[in-house]
Amino acid sequence: MEYEAVIGLEVHVELKTNAKAFCGCTTAFGGEPNTHVCPVCLGLPGVLPVINRQVVEFGLKTALALNCQVAPFCKFDRKNYYYPDLPKNYQISQYDLPLARGGHLKITVDGEERVIGITRVHMEEDAGKLIHVDGPDGGYSLVDYNRTGVPLLEIVSEPDLRSPAEARAYMEKLRAILQYLDVSDCKMEEGSLRCDANVSVRPRGSQAFGTKTEVKNLNSFRSLQRALEYEIERQVAILEGGGRVEQATMAWDENRGVTYVMRTKEEAQDYRYFPDPDLVPLEIDAAWIERVRRELPELPDARCRRLIDDYGLPAYDAGVITSSRDLADYFDRVVALYPDAKTVSNWIMGDFLRLLNAGNLEPRQSPVPPEEMAALLQLQKEGTISGKIAKQVLEEMFATGKGARQVVQEKGLVQISDAAALAQIVEEVLAANPGVVEDYRNGKDKALGFLVGQVMKVTKGKANPGLVNRLLKERL
Amino acid sequence: MDLHYLTAHELGDLLQRREVSAVEVTEAIIDRIEAVDGRVQAYLTRTAEQAFEQAKAIDAARARGEKPGPLAGVPMALKDNLCTEGIRTTCASRMLAGWVPPYDATVVRRLKAAGAVMLGKLNMDEFAMGSSTENSGFFPTRNPWDLERVPGGSSGGSVAAVAAGEACYALGSDTGGSIRQPASFCGVVGMKPTYGRVSRYGLVAFASSLDQIGPITRDVTDCALVLGVIAGHDPSDSTSADLPVPDYRAALRPEIKGLKIGVPREYFGAGMEPEVETVVRRAIARLEEMGAVCEETSLPHTEYALPAYYLVAPAEASSNLARYDGVGYGLRVPGKDIIAMYMNTRSQGFGPEVKRRIMLGTYALSSGYYDAYYLKALKVRTLIRRDFEAAFAKYDLLATPTAPTVAFRLGEKAGDPLAMYLSDLCTIPINMAGLPALSLPCGFSQGLPVGLQLIGKAFDEATLLRVAYAFEQTTEYHRRRPELGVA
Repeated sequence: MEYEAVIGLEVHVELKTNAKAFCGCTTAFGGEPNTHVCPVCLGLPGVLPVINRQVVEFGLKTALALNCQVAPFCKFDRKNYYYPDLPKNYQISQYDLPLARGGHLKITVDGEERVIGITRVHMEEDAGKLIHVDGPDGGYSLVDYNRTGVPLLEIVSEPDLRSPAEARAYMEKLRAILQYLDVSDCKMEEGSLRCDANVSVRPRGSQAFGTKTEVKNLNSFRSLQRALEYEIERQVAILEGGGRVEQATMAWDENRGVTYVMRTKEEAQDYRYFPDPDLVPLEIDAAWIERVRRELPELPDARCRRLIDDYGLPAYDAGVITSSRDLADYFDRVVALYPDAKTVSNWIMGDFLRLLNAGNLEPRQSPVPPEEMAALLQLQKEGTISGKIAKQVLEEMFATGKGARQVVQEKGLVQISDAAALAQIVEEVLAANPGVVEDYRNGKDKALGFLVGQVMKVTKGKANPGLVNRLLKERL
Repeated sequence: MDLHYLTAHELGDLLQRREVSAVEVTEAIIDRIEAVDGRVQAYLTRTAEQAFEQAKAIDAARARGEKPGPLAGVPMALKDNLCTEGIRTTCASRMLAGWVPPYDATVVRRLKAAGAVMLGKLNMDEFAMGSSTENSGFFPTRNPWDLERVPGGSSGGSVAAVAAGEACYALGSDTGGSIRQPASFCGVVGMKPTYGRVSRYGLVAFASSLDQIGPITRDVTDCALVLGVIAGHDPSDSTSADLPVPDYRAALRPEIKGLKIGVPREYFGAGMEPEVETVVRRAIARLEEMGAVCEETSLPHTEYALPAYYLVAPAEASSNLARYDGVGYGLRVPGKDIIAMYMNTRSQGFGPEVKRRIMLGTYALSSGYYDAYYLKALKVRTLIRRDFEAAFAKYDLLATPTAPTVAFRLGEKAGDPLAMYLSDLCTIPINMAGLPALSLPCGFSQGLPVGLQLIGKAFDEATLLRVAYAFEQTTEYHRRRPELGVA
């Protein structure tokens, strides 16, 4: 039998507000343990939370960008459970009245566009971090509360995803949108973007849902895809063996590449949700929503459309360039100075991204600013350097941070376009290769290419190829 | 002159005229504490050294010609669930026996700014759960009028201290009557302001939607003065109301002619001691003689207030008290793993009443029971609020007994939680509705004080104070002091 997967994602996004969700402490990542804390985020006796308006603002932006309906009235609830890094032993979250519901986003996988539903977007606070230390008596654990109270958005999708590749594409698209909105730095390695995946399988064509499992805390695109692949295979194997999938919460072991059971349905938590009496409900009026809507930046889909319509870029190029706001911003700045979009796109998708990846850099960290990228392309267009030399120059610019003209000058890479100087070299090459000259004259056109190559070799690639061609033809 | 039995405004006048110094006053009251606290047992923590420093600073300020407010240099004390920076705050629980907060509650900051001299922290029922101060994790406080009787609870230490001359005034907290019921038992003035009138920031939470901090004083003028200092919006408490605070002292006029007072019949039900009822009815008759129009009325959902309260308050408490787990601060009792550590810590740290309420609340919130208990209680709460809204469409305020009885004997109800819960019968509905109410001495029964409860419209503390003041002007009850066997 053929099976299909049904996947829904719960994505947690750390917001990069200046202050924590319910107090004034910094949200900066890292820091000496327990230095970014105050009585409120430590949950000391007697303290009260007060919602940070910027958290709501960022939540609104995200909800609107995901085409959600914002609730005019929402409230905060307590989710009660014991955990040593949760200072109050309840988490402030939203339960039955979340910030927003009912949105969607579009993904494209293998050329097919799919619309994935967003069930809800709600606000909550993050917990702290446990550090486990081995010791002679079985070890001990330390708690770092720096992260407690950092604002999170939870974005829950409908079970509309059908494959690990789609789940990954959804997550990547979501990250791009969040980056465009500038509400999160989306650093998965620092935990600022992470997700839980609900997954079940069913015979293809069936409408009923199978029993699902929830795979917790996937913190890279790679683990998301691998964990889902593994879990789907595991479930299919159970069904094919005539078994039944048990409803369970699973964890992903990155090293062994397997999922394992954390707890089963019987051990399910009772969170005893109830409205947090310390926080007054939030009323979000239409004017506030409208203002945020007006201030939304251009989002990936719109920007992609614009690159296709305004610059005539192929859809593939536009998709790659707009997958990251950083990259798209870089592209726009280069094109503004060097308005040949397809050339810019080729360079950015090619050598530029390759060099960035090699240095593990984001576009905004590029040692080559957009102005210098444009200057480089200009040098090539003017004929000062050849395309091949331009690649060398770009590598040098990445390595040294120097400008395009500076590199060309210092390395003496200016193209030789002086006909008199080249004529001399052409003479020498012809004299040194009488056999090839003979071949050419006998009609072997390919021989010309060899001779051009020889001239290039002598000039270390600096000879203007057009001029070399012309000179050679004249002499032959 | 017995400085320790003067009211805050009387002391304030003496201090302002520089007839006494703040240091002298402080000394007199600390002497009084030395003399009687061995028997009353109101204090959990005394801070004489800091008190003298604060007193000296106030004296110095006056010497420089500054004119600090009327409460500057007047010694007071706080219920031990109000956080005080650098001074241990225990909630009378072994769980927090050694805990020293790194911050001051908003009310404490405001009192300090007003020049208050703080004598220490006062005993209470553990985490404010109880009606007799017998549930303190350390020792019970006694009623200064009769040391064999309870002072009431849970602000029993605060009220006993004020009644016994061990503090000029005190702050308590009132979740279901914890200021008013003991004020009634000990013959002092105690007020629960409107929910949201006083910031709860720094009040160790029992039931967040019901808790409110309020003054405990020897007369109504002091109540007005203290409320004026602690009331007002606080950005650190999102439930605190952003409303102007009237000049409460200026509102005290002995004029109540034409005022409409409702007397809800449900508050004179079964369990009421006949003599208490007689005293309260006589007080209401006096208000009538003074020109108020008193009329019997009905708050039909009153009988459901107590059961609904015992779902809502424990539900919130079960969540609020979850943080006492031995991880970050307070008591930790080791165990073989983290779950055992939690269980050992909470088993040994909390007393029986606290455990009882945590279990009740956990049950009421658990899935499958939430709708039947917690949600139902919230609906009842709405009905109770509507009862009051309907009544206040007709009346300016309501008058009732504060408690159905006078102070009972130590141990008399300690083994019977349900009997104990009934002593807050008249006060609980007011917390459920978030309204302001005040208890003031209105007579004696069996030689023990009886309190009259006045209930006001939301944020209309001024009317309550005015009526209470007018009543007080015509009586001497508030001037009587317990004997305690010393001058």
